[in-house]
Amino acid sequence: MRPLRAIFVARFRVLLQYRAAALAGVGTQLFFGLVLTSALGAFYASADFATTGAPPLSLSQAVTYIWLGQATLGILPWRMDAEVRAMIASGGIANELLKPIDLQKLWLARAVALRTAPVLLRAAPLLVVALLFFGLKPPPDATAAAFWLLGLLGAVALSAALTVIINISMLWTLSGDGMSFLVPALATLLSGQLLPLPLFPDWAQTALAWQPFRGLMDTPHRLWLGDLGGSEAWAAIAHQWAWVAVLCAGSRWVLRRGLRRVVVQGG
Amino acid sequence: MDHLRLYFRYLGVSWRSQLQYRASFILQTLGTLLVSVTEYATVLALFARFHSVGGWTLPEVALFYGAVNVAWALAEGMARGFDDFASLVRSGEFDRILLRPRPTVLQILGREFTLRRVGRFGLGAGVLAWGWLTLDLGADPARLALLLWAIAGAVALFVGLLVIQATIAFWTIESLEVMNVLTYGGVTTAQYPLSIYPGWLRGVFIAAVPLGCAVYFPIVAILGRTDPLGTSSAWQATSPAVCGLFLLLALRFWRFGVARYTSTGS
Repeated sequence: MRPLRAIFVARFRVLLQYRAAALAGVGTQLFFGLVLTSALGAFYASADFATTGAPPLSLSQAVTYIWLGQATLGILPWRMDAEVRAMIASGGIANELLKPIDLQKLWLARAVALRTAPVLLRAAPLLVVALLFFGLKPPPDATAAAFWLLGLLGAVALSAALTVIINISMLWTLSGDGMSFLVPALATLLSGQLLPLPLFPDWAQTALAWQPFRGLMDTPHRLWLGDLGGSEAWAAIAHQWAWVAVLCAGSRWVLRRGLRRVVVQGG
Repeated sequence: MDHLRLYFRYLGVSWRSQLQYRASFILQTLGTLLVSVTEYATVLALFARFHSVGGWTLPEVALFYGAVNVAWALAEGMARGFDDFASLVRSGEFDRILLRPRPTVLQILGREFTLRRVGRFGLGAGVLAWGWLTLDLGADPARLALLLWAIAGAVALFVGLLVIQATIAFWTIESLEVMNVLTYGGVTTAQYPLSIYPGWLRGVFIAAVPLGCAVYFPIVAILGRTDPLGTSSAWQATSPAVCGLFLLLALRFWRFGVARYTSTGS
């Protein structure tokens, strides 16, 4: 466990250095948050709820959901670990294999740093600004806030597990083009980043509740809202960790097969 | 004429080289298509739940959505060299471009015309066609001309933004991520009619970055509706010209930047 912690801390410190990028990110996310909440506001304002039925989230809840998504955007498995990609392409992976640490755990530790450091830099300023000026509502009580933090933990673990899967797919494709497009695109839609999941059609809700990407955004956001409380909250957190277990077991198996055929490039 | 021939030569080279990596090209194209499909899926989900937005129906919104996505796919594909320009400054490659006796803009446009954007282009065109047929807009040449005029305006505007982004790199040596707010942010905003947004946001995309002059006003005219923003039909038919003006100003700025360029020396 100690070497893994050291790897995490080292990566985390490196990633914390990108402060200018974080500031630019905060500006971009603020703008997108304003556009998305304005558009959503227009839909709510002009809807005739007598014919459409009341939406499952109030406008204020939906706005809070969107802002939480913008603040914690960095948790989404957007792209693979660029250094791992370079390693596989250059043959540096041979050095990784020489280390007396399990490769999957090594990559997981790196991925956890990749998904937390940027979020830590961006989330606080965004949450404060959105809270003061743009309609983000605080959690209704301390229990909801505590559940939110638990949900974030699960979301980071889930995202790290997905990042490792993208990394592993590179052992086959080298460029990583397939999975590195597929996973982010699906994650953006199915996590609720583009549109809160409860607003999708009712017939889709059961499937949306089962799929793994929900744990990345929808689960922590709804824990914050208090929309999931008590046993529902625990069930949502169990859902996150069940998928973490499934994805890790899957990637372990695939990695074993991938390493059997890995070709170390160059000399 | 010579310039045009040279541009098509560049195009041929760029396309052939992109098609060399066939599997990678197909995956990337499917990737851009998938991203566009997920974006449109959220529009469909919102209309399924709320039926309309600010008095606009789904087929009407499909025209705005389709036009802006078609234009952005074309502009992003065409002006890839400008989008990626900071790396030319950093590597000193731009010095070589300056040495050649051909216009800089032509050479940079010719560096790459990204084919994989056909994913976004295809979805945008499909959505546009669906809206057009559902609204039964017919084959009226005036309407079709107005649509092409609007799309051309939006392409000019997006290319202008990428040129400005590239010019700033003369001073910053790195590409300014903040410009994404105007390009990607513009696409996201203009997918819905501008009239649904609060005043400040409309102001940004009409007065500062006149994207609305291409993908809002002319489309209102195509739909034959009275504009909730109260503009005249004469303005709606001519407004894309403002985007052409924007591009000319951007190119002016580019020339200003080139004149002040000092090589990074690496």
